[in-house]
Amino acid sequence: MTKQLGFYYQQEHCSGCCTCQVACKDKNDLEGGQLFRKVKEFSGGDYWQIGKIVHQNIYAFWLSVSCNHCQDPVCLKNCPSGAIQKRPADGIVFIDQERCVGCHSCAENCPYGAPQFNPKNGKMGKCDFCRGLLAESKPPVCVAACPLRLLEYGQLDELRQTYGSTSRIQGMPSSDLTKPSLVITPHRDAIWNKTET
Amino acid sequence: MQNNYRPNDETVLEKIVLTSGSHNCGGRCMIKVHVRDGRIVRISSDDDLPDTDQILQLRGCLRCRSYRDRLYHLDRLQHPLKRVGKRGEGKFERISWDEALDIIAEHTSRIMSTYGPEAVYLNYATGNAGKVAERVWIARLMGLYGGYLSYYGTYSMACTQIATPYTFGTNNTGNSRADWVNSKLIILLGWNPAETISGTNTAYYLKLAKAAGAKIVAIDPIYSNTAIALADQWIPIRPTTDSALLDAMAYIMITENLHDQQFLDTYCLGFDEEQMPSGIPEGNSYKSYILGQSDDQTPKTPAWAETITGVPRETIIQLARDYATLRPGALIQGYGPQRHAYGEQVVRSGTVLAAMTGNIGVKGGWASGAGYPARGPVVGSIPIPNPCKAQISVFTWPNAIIRGSKMGAEQGVKGVERLSSNIKLIYNLGGNCLINQHSDINGTAKILADESLVELIVVSDHFLTASAKFADLILPADNFMEREDIVTGLHGDNMFFMNKAVDTVYECRNGYDWISALADKLGIKEPFTEGRTLEQWLQYIVDKTREANPSFPPYAEFKAKGIYRWLYSEPDIAFKEQIEDPQQHPFPTPSGKIEIFSARLWDKQNPLEIPAVPKYIPAWEGPDDPLREKYPLQCIGHHYKRRVHSTFDNTDWMEEVGRQEIWMCPPDADRRDIRNGDKVKVFNDRGVMVIPVKITPRIMPGVVSVPQGAWWTPDHEGVDRRGCINVLTKYQPTPLAFGNPQHTNLVQVEKLSHEVES
Repeated sequence: MTKQLGFYYQQEHCSGCCTCQVACKDKNDLEGGQLFRKVKEFSGGDYWQIGKIVHQNIYAFWLSVSCNHCQDPVCLKNCPSGAIQKRPADGIVFIDQERCVGCHSCAENCPYGAPQFNPKNGKMGKCDFCRGLLAESKPPVCVAACPLRLLEYGQLDELRQTYGSTSRIQGMPSSDLTKPSLVITPHRDAIWNKTET
Repeated sequence: MQNNYRPNDETVLEKIVLTSGSHNCGGRCMIKVHVRDGRIVRISSDDDLPDTDQILQLRGCLRCRSYRDRLYHLDRLQHPLKRVGKRGEGKFERISWDEALDIIAEHTSRIMSTYGPEAVYLNYATGNAGKVAERVWIARLMGLYGGYLSYYGTYSMACTQIATPYTFGTNNTGNSRADWVNSKLIILLGWNPAETISGTNTAYYLKLAKAAGAKIVAIDPIYSNTAIALADQWIPIRPTTDSALLDAMAYIMITENLHDQQFLDTYCLGFDEEQMPSGIPEGNSYKSYILGQSDDQTPKTPAWAETITGVPRETIIQLARDYATLRPGALIQGYGPQRHAYGEQVVRSGTVLAAMTGNIGVKGGWASGAGYPARGPVVGSIPIPNPCKAQISVFTWPNAIIRGSKMGAEQGVKGVERLSSNIKLIYNLGGNCLINQHSDINGTAKILADESLVELIVVSDHFLTASAKFADLILPADNFMEREDIVTGLHGDNMFFMNKAVDTVYECRNGYDWISALADKLGIKEPFTEGRTLEQWLQYIVDKTREANPSFPPYAEFKAKGIYRWLYSEPDIAFKEQIEDPQQHPFPTPSGKIEIFSARLWDKQNPLEIPAVPKYIPAWEGPDDPLREKYPLQCIGHHYKRRVHSTFDNTDWMEEVGRQEIWMCPPDADRRDIRNGDKVKVFNDRGVMVIPVKITPRIMPGVVSVPQGAWWTPDHEGVDRRGCINVLTKYQPTPLAFGNPQHTNLVQVEKLSHEVES
């Protein structure tokens, strides 16, 4: 199997604190509106009151997603300028800023909303797995930042061996679309149920 | 985005400066500031040390990670300002530091000689929690100049700080967090450390406890982020009713004989009639109250509690059985539940349950109450001599402005029989409690605006906050990135040296610098500085710390490493000695016992509001107040991850994390035809705000929440357009602690059809 880096996310205990999102924003010096890692809230369920007594089956969970450095990256396939590349050595998908023409087609095709437009330089940007930090043998900033230690990174096959093969939870698109390099331990209320979709 | 400097410019050498945040955060973390060419380009955190369960990395959260966006904010105060319009109007003109300090010195001198030290008030302020913060120096200066009126308590913990010692004789009732892995059950009573931090790594310690097998239950009107991440069960409860829930749990334990009678007989006073002090009439023990054998003749059954709390009786019964049988267990109280009308009660109710289940002084247990760590090192501080002994509760300064000279013990005054003066001079340095974080903003604004009452208000800050708008003089403060300081962690296990990362900008000045200049104008520079530079004072703190802690490193080494960690071989267990050997180690209470019944409270002769055993007291503006016909919703103000109190409210990155909006559940919204994102009017007799609404099932029916800390922004009609909860809160101190009841509010919410948020 070819080498492929991936993220592991222990979503079951995510508190949605957004430290990963902000650390990423700071490290990548992102513009307003740009978030290479985004944290989203999901909730549902009902209340029913009997007199003054409150019954409920409320659920909620958080989802932190960046670029998943997919094994089948649709952004790359749809990039007209050849700016998006996938590194053979580790499978990192990145945007060559010199070649990017800012046409948005990567953003339009990515099911995870990873590529984002930078209004200042007119180009697309996205998570590059903190290539610079990896080169210094340091973890990606989101991994180092998580106060609850819910993010890890490593070779995808090893992550799968340790944590299983779940790469999709409620609220996420089908993994079949792009084959994301992501392993998730889902929150009890976020487990994707095939029968419901 | 104000920072135009590109961090990926590799041509400039990057240096990394070690510091820690000194805003009033629950956490104290290792902050690494990446500086290039005199400008901060990035902030990282603890990543050198391997992260092990023995020595955890002290990772900063989003607040410090976003700090660049605050430091380089375009609205930073640049020069000293003098008020030119009416007080509170927000009109100022630039003046020089020398002029500003002359005015301050003149008024301070005049007020001190005319009214005496009790007219000088140094307001509670937490924007800078450093050991050499402005407020430390102003206290030292005013202390040396004749004295000042001081306060006791905090806006965070007013009730628990006063109530917990009535039971235990101390607030240091907490085990080490590393002990939670020994708990079989952890009950989070109104506690959300994933968002409030409550000590760096606290939520992570809970995660470790969960991994070790603890069942975690969260009791909260909001399905909190801690509950989502870590709880097995969420129990929504109406604000102000926690004691009713705890009472009913006690009822189940007693009637099903699940309580630890031997523990109660050995260590406690006043659980049942057999343990009462002499001279107290029958029917006044805790058990009599619970079983309906006291004056109210009401057994505190789950059926009684469910209509008050909203928690179904079967849930209450199960929780009681769980806490009584899943031992050891930790009933940990957050501070939200005690910030209400009778906040003293829930604090002591929790301690009784901890005693009934024998969870005090044991591994995996938790004594409940304030929960301050029982183990903590002694560290050095700047000496503050204050000859003025008068103290008021932190919350009651508006009283002391209007009728201070009529205030005595019955209004919470300590140290003197009666105050000798009203407050005439306020120093509010690095804080927003002058108006934004205090209660009843509209009422408070009128008091502050009256220049015949307080004659001079001095504010120092980074921004023109709501409090700064009420200043007569505003002094631009330096930022923690621009100075050296020392901070300690909430749990006393770390001390950080805050190294200076970048130069101070504009005319901003360090507190020691300008307060030394003020000391000079007041003629006491020499006694104030003792000839020391700021660095020499920092050395003084380290020296004093080393005297008490021989292994603490010398100044230079501490400064270079940026941190000292106290490492212990075993987690600490609060009251271990008292439980293992009660003869030799009595509790530090008058009776030497855990005082479920307090003779000191009995002697206050106010049994309806200050009972001698903890009781559920229905709150004014609580769920059973008839005022609900007019204002049907209970309104609380939860802490929000995007701010530390009011700090960070003005930053863009944090606005992206979470905007200011009122939380409301779908059933309450449907009834009002309100949709997610609509702008709504939130109001009661005290104030009005217009803000967007977040429709979410994460808040229970009948309750709304305006996340606390937003900056009060009144329009020309006085309607707050940002959403500061304190336009709705009431200024009514609690009966025993004279604390702030900030989660006790009834409001109505209406849709504004003409203002739809895009």
